Amino acid sequence: MEKFIVHAGTAVPLRRSNVDTDQIIPAVYLKRVTRTGFADGLFSAWRTSEPGFVLNRPEHAGATILVAGPDFGTGSSREHAVWALLDYGFKAVIAPRFGDIFRGNSLKAGLLTVQLPDDIVQRLWGDIEETPDVEVTVDVVERNVRWSGETHGFELDDYTRWRLLEGLDDISLTLQHTDAIDAYESARKPWLPTVAD
Amino acid sequence: MHRTLAEKLWDSHVVRSAPGEPDLLFIDMHLVHEVTSPQAFDGLRLAGRPVHRPDLTLATEDHNTPTDYVLPLVGTSSIKDEVSRTQIETLRANCAEFGIRLYPMGNDNQGIVHVIGPQLGITQPGMTIVCGDSHTSTHGAFGALAFGIGTSQVEHVLATQTLPMDRPKTMSVTVDGQLPHGVTPKDVILAVIAKAGTGGGQGYMVEYRGSVFENMSMEGRMTVCNMSIEWGARAGMIAPDQTTFEYLEGRDHAPKGAEWDDAVAYWTRLRTDDQAEFDAEVTLDAAPLTPFVTWGTNPGQGAPLSAVVPDTASFADGADRLAAEKALHYMGLEAGTPLRTIRVDTVFVGSCTNGRIEDLRAAAQVLEGRKVADGVRVLVVPGSMRVRQQAEEEGLDAIFTAAGAEWRQAGCSMCLGMNPDQLTPGERSASTSNRNFEGRQGKGGRTHLVSPLVAAATAVRGTLSSPADL
Repeated sequence: MEKFIVHAGTAVPLRRSNVDTDQIIPAVYLKRVTRTGFADGLFSAWRTSEPGFVLNRPEHAGATILVAGPDFGTGSSREHAVWALLDYGFKAVIAPRFGDIFRGNSLKAGLLTVQLPDDIVQRLWGDIEETPDVEVTVDVVERNVRWSGETHGFELDDYTRWRLLEGLDDISLTLQHTDAIDAYESARKPWLPTVAD
Repeated sequence: MHRTLAEKLWDSHVVRSAPGEPDLLFIDMHLVHEVTSPQAFDGLRLAGRPVHRPDLTLATEDHNTPTDYVLPLVGTSSIKDEVSRTQIETLRANCAEFGIRLYPMGNDNQGIVHVIGPQLGITQPGMTIVCGDSHTSTHGAFGALAFGIGTSQVEHVLATQTLPMDRPKTMSVTVDGQLPHGVTPKDVILAVIAKAGTGGGQGYMVEYRGSVFENMSMEGRMTVCNMSIEWGARAGMIAPDQTTFEYLEGRDHAPKGAEWDDAVAYWTRLRTDDQAEFDAEVTLDAAPLTPFVTWGTNPGQGAPLSAVVPDTASFADGADRLAAEKALHYMGLEAGTPLRTIRVDTVFVGSCTNGRIEDLRAAAQVLEGRKVADGVRVLVVPGSMRVRQQAEEEGLDAIFTAAGAEWRQAGCSMCLGMNPDQLTPGERSASTSNRNFEGRQGKGGRTHLVSPLVAAATAVRGTLSSPADL
């Protein structure tokens, strides 16, 4: 995973709530066996059927921060949703609330998901719509979001922050504790099922 | 200390705990399917890592598989879509390379990943079960801690058989009272979701409690726990009891002999302590519940079948109102339209929510001696090959085909638009599946979530209906 320390860029206001992962990337795009190549599928239904959809507007071309309504990323566990956002060029998503699995997936793959209160998101939407090239900064060190003189802190637990700042992947961290895993395994209930091939 | 069931399950799987770090949880069973695993296996290969516990890993093919093939199968030639075929072949190659048992399409044990675990007796009380699929919460019906994970986590479990996790909070959902006749587990969970909202369970492990769940069959409990994710819950569970033990006893992987007795003694203790406290509580009275259907594009946008399409002005919350307006536009519905008059093109009976034998029996009971309405396409798709076989032994397939429904092979089918079973743009379905998201069943498709009873009655009348309308 790449390190995430601080990112500054322009943002897209996605004024929709309950954007589930089927909207972020429909199932038909999940057939690839690679981790890349999902950008085409990102919001494909909206991008193809709504000419005025925010991602189709020239003033938001090249934006790297998505600002969405509450309950972004609900539904399916497909990590492809995170890969599609990253492939498209997004580095961070700001929303009042996220689906749990999506949020977990995003922070493991290096897409920063930032939870800000509803009224702050509304204000940010308004500011981006007024000035599409307003620079928005997402700062993992300071744990805040800044734009046009506004600064708003967000919650990010110390452990996840440290992982993001260092770009560490979970597996190598866990493999430092194989003794604990071995010890646990030797004491499991004898009746638990196994399905050896 | 008094603990809830969820806390007991959590505590008994902590491999390592350190201040300021997530707990490291041991995973008792990892279920794998073709869609969310290829990149995880690739990750292992790149790092030169083996699968730590192939004996605790089971794979099946379900999302991409067509359901209209004829046995015996030759290779993967029945999968016409080349990309889907590659994904299935990739799973087969990965399972062979890493020594993982796979039940492929056409195998007697193949089926939707959340249907085969329970039917094989692999899903047991007290376990932790994960899968790269959000409906893994289904297995919580046995008093297991079960949740969906992303592909990075799939790789993590393959490599270590553990997961670092922050412990979610706990919530109880209590439904007491007598369910009225014709009201099914699907109606109960749709009503819970409509009450709590799609985000209401976010950050919680939910325990379903009360007489309604105690009196429910295991398959009904699976339907309820299955849809926990649809209101945001990380996991859903029901304490194991005699119903659970009777369902499990004698199944392929269930404990046998003295181990069975030891297991039951242990499982019997897996209950929330009387004085334990939940972080949040929701209660619902069973008596006023009626058949429930969705009118919108998320599972929380539902109403009793006897209601009308809501007026969006009736939503106090601005975001809810906007979402409802958008949903009605997508669904092609007008406020004030009685739900019972909504005409459907397709009826789908199946999925990990309602693709088990009791669901098929319920649908068959309604369809027996009746005909599907003109112009309505009805797909009945068993959740697994074993369910299919049992249904055929009971003569259910004959009832379905005599009524004019199509009887299919096992798979996820029309629950999601990944295989050939899809809606076309504008097509409207009554579906026993779990998600009515825009485009979920095919681009432009319009989905109403319903119970198997409502699905079957709708098939006969052609409009959203309950058996009482026939």
